[in-house]
Amino acid sequence: MKQAYAHLTDPLIKANPITLHILGICSALAVTTSVSTALTMSAALTVVLVLSSAMISAIRHHMPTAIRLIVQITIIASLVIVMDLFLRAFAFEMSKRLSIFVGLIVTNCLVLGRAEAFARRNPVWPSVLDALGNGLGYSIVLLTVGTIRELFGVGTLLGYEILPLVENGGWFRPMHVMLLAPSAFFIVGFLVWVIRSLRPEQAETPEFRILSHDETAQS
Amino acid sequence: MSDLFLSSIFEQNLALSFFLGICTFLAVSQKFETAFGLGIAMIVVQAISVPLNHLIYQGLLVEGAWAWAGLPEIDLSFLKLLSFIAVIAAMVQILEMLLNRFVPALYYALGIYLPLVTVNCAILGGSLFMVERQYSFSESVVYGFGSGIGWALAIVTFAAIRERLKYSDIPAGLQGLGMAFVVTGLMSLGFSAFAAGGAP
Repeated sequence: MKQAYAHLTDPLIKANPITLHILGICSALAVTTSVSTALTMSAALTVVLVLSSAMISAIRHHMPTAIRLIVQITIIASLVIVMDLFLRAFAFEMSKRLSIFVGLIVTNCLVLGRAEAFARRNPVWPSVLDALGNGLGYSIVLLTVGTIRELFGVGTLLGYEILPLVENGGWFRPMHVMLLAPSAFFIVGFLVWVIRSLRPEQAETPEFRILSHDETAQS
Repeated sequence: MSDLFLSSIFEQNLALSFFLGICTFLAVSQKFETAFGLGIAMIVVQAISVPLNHLIYQGLLVEGAWAWAGLPEIDLSFLKLLSFIAVIAAMVQILEMLLNRFVPALYYALGIYLPLVTVNCAILGGSLFMVERQYSFSESVVYGFGSGIGWALAIVTFAAIRERLKYSDIPAGLQGLGMAFVVTGLMSLGFSAFAAGGAP
C-alpha cells in the first residue's frame, strides 16, 4: 500500500514530469496566461492521462510489441477527440480560448511517456495512481505559472480583482510582458531553479568547470 | 503571401511564441550539428505535411466533402486529429524509404531525426493551425515551409548559444534545464520584437 501511495506522491515535486523530466512542456506554457485556462487544460490532460493509462494497462497482455505505439496513439487520440468534443459542447468559450492546444494533448510527450514507461508493464491500479500523480504534478506547475502570469499580468485571479488596478483607483499597474510568451519561459526557468536549489540531488553536473586561480597554478 | 511567409518565420515562430515542439527543442539542442540535422528534417516534413493535410482535410473530412457521393450532411472533421497523425506518420515512413532508395547521403544525414519529428507537436500543431485559420491551399504551402524554417532557425541559434554556455559559470540549480529555459525566454523576447515592429 505504501508503495502504491508513492506512485501517487512522487511525481508531485520529487520527480515532477515538467521540471525534472522535461515532458509535456509543449502544451503547458501556451495555456498559462490565465488561471482558468490552465485549470481546464490540467483537468483535460489529467483525465486523458488516467483513462489512457488504465486502458493501455488493461490490454497490456494482448498488445503485440511491434505495433504497440500505433495502438497507444490511437487510444490516446480517441480520448482526446472525446475530450475536445466535450469541451466544445459544454464550455464553448473555453475551448475557443484553448484553441489547438487540447488537440495537441495527443502529441504531449507526458501521456505517451507514461504509457511507454509505466502502464505497459504494470497492473491497472498502480498505473491509474501513477497517471493521476503525474497529471497532478503537471497541474501544479501549470497552475503556479498561470497564477503568477494572471496575477501580475492583469491583476486578477480567476477573473476576480486581487491587486487594485490604477484605472479603478488602486495602485497596481499591470505588467503586460507577463502575458507574452517570454515570461512563461522565465517563470518555468526560475521554478526549476527553486526546486533544484531545494533538492540539490536533481541539479545537473556541468560538463566543464571553471578553475580558480590557485587550481590553475597547481596544475 | 510574403507577409504570411515572414510572419510564420519570425513573428509567429512555432517554437518561441507558441511553445510548440519545446520538448524536442530542449532535448536535442546540445550539439550544433544534431540541431542542424533536426532543423532540416523539420523543414522538409513540415513543408510536405501541412499542404498534404490540407488536401486530406478539404477533400475527405470537412462538412460536405462527401456531397459527390450523395452524402452532403456527413461531417467527419472530428476525425482530423487521428487522420493528421496517421498522415504524418505514414508520410515520414515513406519519405524515409524514398530517401534511402534515391538519396542515400541525405538519408544517412537525416535518418535518425526523421522518426523523432513524427512525435513533435510543432508538426501536428502546424496542421491544426492551418485548419483553424482556414488557409487556402497555396497559403498552406507557404505556411508549412515558413513555419518549418522558423522552427529550424530557432533550434539552430539556440544550439549555438548552448555550446557557448557549457563554458560559463552558472549557479548549480540553474545548470542545464533551468538556464535553457531562461535563454529560450531571452530568444523569445528577441523574436517578439518582430511582432511589435509589424503591428499597426
